Amino acid sequence: MKIHEYQAKEILRQFGVPTPRGVPCFTVAEAETAAHTLGGAAWVVKAQIHAGGRGKGGGVKVARSADEVNEYAAQVLGMHLVTHQTGMEGQLVRRLLIEEGAQIAQEFYVGMVIDRSRQRVVLMASSEGGMEIEEVAAHTPEKIRKLWIDPATGLADAEADGIARSIGIPDVALHDARACLQGLYRAFVEKDATLAEINPLVLTAQQRVVALDAKINFDDNALFRHPEIVALRDLDEENPAEIEASKFDLSYIALDGDIGCLVNGAGLAMATMDIIKLYGGSPANFLDVGGGATTEKVTEAFKLMLKNPHLKAILVNIFGGIMKCDVIAEGVVAAAREVRLTVPLVVRLEGTNVDLGKKILAESGLPIISAGNMADAAQQVVAAAKG
Amino acid sequence: MSILINKDTRVITQGMTGKVGQFHTYHCKQYANGANCFVAGVNPKKAGETFEHIPVYASVREAKEATGATVSVIYVPPAGAAAAIDEAVEAELDLVVCITEGIPVHDMLKTRYKMQGKKTLLIGPNCPGLITPDEIKIGIMPGHIHKKGRIGVVSRSGTLTYEAVGQLSELGMGQSSCVGIGGDPINGMKHLDVMKLFNDDPDTDAVIMVGEIGGSDEEECARWIKDNMQKPVVGFIAGITAPPGKRMGHAGAIISGGQGGAEEKLAVMEACGIHITRNPADMGRVMQKVLKG
Repeated sequence: MKIHEYQAKEILRQFGVPTPRGVPCFTVAEAETAAHTLGGAAWVVKAQIHAGGRGKGGGVKVARSADEVNEYAAQVLGMHLVTHQTGMEGQLVRRLLIEEGAQIAQEFYVGMVIDRSRQRVVLMASSEGGMEIEEVAAHTPEKIRKLWIDPATGLADAEADGIARSIGIPDVALHDARACLQGLYRAFVEKDATLAEINPLVLTAQQRVVALDAKINFDDNALFRHPEIVALRDLDEENPAEIEASKFDLSYIALDGDIGCLVNGAGLAMATMDIIKLYGGSPANFLDVGGGATTEKVTEAFKLMLKNPHLKAILVNIFGGIMKCDVIAEGVVAAAREVRLTVPLVVRLEGTNVDLGKKILAESGLPIISAGNMADAAQQVVAAAKG
Repeated sequence: MSILINKDTRVITQGMTGKVGQFHTYHCKQYANGANCFVAGVNPKKAGETFEHIPVYASVREAKEATGATVSVIYVPPAGAAAAIDEAVEAELDLVVCITEGIPVHDMLKTRYKMQGKKTLLIGPNCPGLITPDEIKIGIMPGHIHKKGRIGVVSRSGTLTYEAVGQLSELGMGQSSCVGIGGDPINGMKHLDVMKLFNDDPDTDAVIMVGEIGGSDEEECARWIKDNMQKPVVGFIAGITAPPGKRMGHAGAIISGGQGGAEEKLAVMEACGIHITRNPADMGRVMQKVLKG
């Protein structure tokens, strides 16, 4: 799960990470009031969307007067902010963060992820603040420092100081830097994060270290023990079809092709997309119905796929495993009837009672194309989509 | 022979009394020598009871002492599953197979940390389990698609493993053992660990390795294969068409540094002498061709 920058900063503050003072706002009037409350001579007007690259897209502006705060807030609120992570249509800005301005002397990067190979949390730090870490990794990997954290001891003082020094934070600011790094680690572990980044972490003209930006992603599997994180979810930032899918425990990702896929199991679902492509078609979605392909789930899955105006055909690929194919076939038939399916449907079933399953499909009276194996299914659905 | 498990393996089921545990324990018990293999269940609240004539014990240690079992399989729900693995490790079992999907990744980090230096091997979590055809099945895979034989299968997926197995059996190639290592980012045995066992198993002639996008396990295994494997390996990676960035987070790319995509994995695997296919319907046929030389 993703959250906004202002929410991430709020969490980091709870763990002692210094951040600029700021106020989230939903209207221009709120932005003006926020600037007044914060005081000072400069404010940053920051678009709050989940995608990165907001500055380059024109979603972050520095205001030098109350009038400018007003002007920029009006510009940014309601804009379709296009960044390298939003796609061409951009993301509608509905929230702002108004923050006190900072005098920046130097910018750094710090972030944490889970290293799958070493099975540890890894702290990454770089002197190249403000840049995408992938860019730094690709061009100047030597500028990235990494530290694999021992879960028994956590991030020790000496380790935090060592990393801070290694990226060029001066000794006078080490105390602040330590608070940032240790706070980031504690937040990462205690809140079940999968990614936490402060980019940039800045050294101010006053020699203080503050988190100028913040991003935290959370482990969906751990949300059951974090109602306070679930409360931060912003459905406006998520794909409507994917939200709908999650209600029915379906794993769905929209793609740009025209052949809908309904599969049980993530690996087989990906392989089904791959084989459609291999035979000259283009998958419209990834959809894993999970272990129990019930009538309800299949019906909801059909409804989801049919919302796509480009959809030309559907391939159902179920390796029944212990689930019985006749039960699945009945579910598919019932679902196809309920949604009054208008596109060709190819079904490939494998597993227990497969013959009975195929008989149910054949006798349903519906124009279902039954496929013998995965290659046959892919070829049939690609041909059907081409009409 | 086979790897990891055979008809003489004795198994404790953690989470046997829940709905999922009951369903799969029943099917495992029905399969081959299962009636003799599944000897104990664990549930502190139901100790002394039985399910399908299998006695329930209060703890893994008690179950092990009473039955001599050396392996456990876990169907415990996600919130308690990592603790269930910890319990099996502390009881010094040889092997733990964790079927549970949805365990918080930080729980698995802590569990894997505690497993350092311990003798217990872990398969999973979020996996279908493993099977030695006609001897024993530990997990949720459909037994009937398997056939006894000499091909090893190792995979990160569930149903895609069944697909590979189904193709092999259809073409008359049986399996020595099939191991689903699971789809979670933090897991126990990797492709590499299982590949080593197949390499050493005199009853395995060749291996099908099924991977998917994310991480770099397949590449690490491929590099080992290039220098050490004495048997042919057929490989498939799911997710050539998967959009980048959907699951692999922003900074995940930095650790694997250009690794993690299907094409990159396939390129490394091919360069290391693995017989790759881009067609998931062709895994069996490629194996058949390789064996015919």
